Amino acid sequence: MSVAISVNNLEKVYASGVAALKGVSLEVEQGDFFALLGPNGAGKSTFIGILSTLVKRTGGDVRIFGRDVDTHLYQTKLDLGVVPQEINFSQFEKVADIVLTQAGYYGLPHKLAAHRAEKYLKQLGLWEKRDTRSRLLSGGMKRRMMIARALVHEPRLLILDEPTAGVDIELRRSMWDFLLEINREGTTIVLTTHYLEEAEQLCRNIAIIDEGNIIENTSMKKLLLELDIHAYILDAENVLDTDLEHEEPGLILRKVDSHSIEAVLSGGRDINSAIAVLDRLGIRIISMRNKANRLEQLFLSRLQESGNGGD
Amino acid sequence: MFSDHRLIAFETIVIKEVRRFMRIWTQTMLPPIITISLYFVIFGNLVGSRIGEMGGYRYMEFIVPGLIMMAVIQNSYSNVVSSFFSQKFQRSVEELLVAPIPNYVILSGFIVGGMARGLCVGFIVTLVSLLFADLPLYSLSITIGVVLFTSLVFSLGGFINAVFANNFDDVSIIPTFVLTPLIYLGGVFYSIELLPPFWQLVSRLNPIFYMVNTFRYGILGTSDIDVVWAFAMLVLFAALLFGACIWLLRRGTGIRS
Repeated sequence: MSVAISVNNLEKVYASGVAALKGVSLEVEQGDFFALLGPNGAGKSTFIGILSTLVKRTGGDVRIFGRDVDTHLYQTKLDLGVVPQEINFSQFEKVADIVLTQAGYYGLPHKLAAHRAEKYLKQLGLWEKRDTRSRLLSGGMKRRMMIARALVHEPRLLILDEPTAGVDIELRRSMWDFLLEINREGTTIVLTTHYLEEAEQLCRNIAIIDEGNIIENTSMKKLLLELDIHAYILDAENVLDTDLEHEEPGLILRKVDSHSIEAVLSGGRDINSAIAVLDRLGIRIISMRNKANRLEQLFLSRLQESGNGGD
Repeated sequence: MFSDHRLIAFETIVIKEVRRFMRIWTQTMLPPIITISLYFVIFGNLVGSRIGEMGGYRYMEFIVPGLIMMAVIQNSYSNVVSSFFSQKFQRSVEELLVAPIPNYVILSGFIVGGMARGLCVGFIVTLVSLLFADLPLYSLSITIGVVLFTSLVFSLGGFINAVFANNFDDVSIIPTFVLTPLIYLGGVFYSIELLPPFWQLVSRLNPIFYMVNTFRYGILGTSDIDVVWAFAMLVLFAALLFGACIWLLRRGTGIRS
């Protein structure tokens, strides 16, 4: 598998003296769906800014699909599509005009540009809005339009900086389906997000960045396998005794409210052992859910290990 | 100069720029036309009729070239400064910077957009002026040449202003406190022969004085200055400003961190 992004010892010190990146080295394979996670101010947007040439690095090398961005700037930019975190289109232009203008920037002839604009606006559910001024779109529509705009030149690498921020869950899931589809078709995707469930659902590999350093870089599967503690909320059919509190090696049960119990499992214990204990106590469980997203637990523990509370 | 894809990118920027100023024509086209028409009526017609001749022509005919040039200068400048700064402010300029477009294509697109507005307003003002004065058109090539170069120079000036502007105040400072005084003192309303020798010398340091006078020469055939020298200065200014703009874009001043 060839490499889509290769950065080596990447550094960025802003004029203010703030060191946003402190020697980041990272590789993203071609065809990957890659998550770059980190708390606010960790250096994610700086990293993406350097890849997209909007931020000038102060050290290190960047290669996109094997090409040095300094010596192959034109081809690198052709390969790249960027969906920034901030809304960054003219609020006064029509949806179709914004996408067609972007196609023009990439040198697409008008006929091809019109075909691509129609294709992506339809796929993202915006075709009916093509003649609407962009300021009249909802937040979710604006996000989708930015994705359509980034895809109109069909880049091999798509960088998404919090693409679903402020988007409702139903729409977010339809955007996930779309992104998974274009990833299956061969587009390499790098995603930053604050919704860790999103990263867990979509991404195969993950890096966590904190204070300008990569503190974790592995596959999502491996990372989740490292998780030794699982917490669940169990919903009981009957009203619980007020003093329910049970502790044994690898299992803690405690009452949350009159119908809910928190079960914390560790040391390889599975949920069946918790349910067996509750069954002995005469408590019938009718439903259960994860107390917190698994990746979220790992994310916070990694940040704590690196000395950042993740606040 | 441009390969196919670069030509498409250039056309895209120009079309976007023209579409922008046409969309908001009540802000971009109408006010300068009304303002300069009022100049024609008040200074040219009402006041001018009492002044008599200047430079061997009726006062109205004398001021028309200067007023046309004023429209071209102000609109070329303000189109580029407001458009590029707005794109910086809205961050839509990032899409241009991320795209594979060389700096000279980006710059050319904005400059041609600025020139388009300057020339468009200038043309309409010229048509309006024909209601008030006869314009003999002494030399078509000099008239078109000087108006194109002037428009180019002030579009480039507007671009530099936009690059350094950090807020909307910065966009209006130069036009208000530098451009307007230079235009008014650039011989639009009077011949510098009326001034004492010292102020004649000071007037000759004003680049707009050369532009206005060369344009007046193209239309009326009369001028306070050497036209060849004026063209040489315009070409030099355009080359220097173009180089400065490219240098600023390459450095990423005001647009890349």
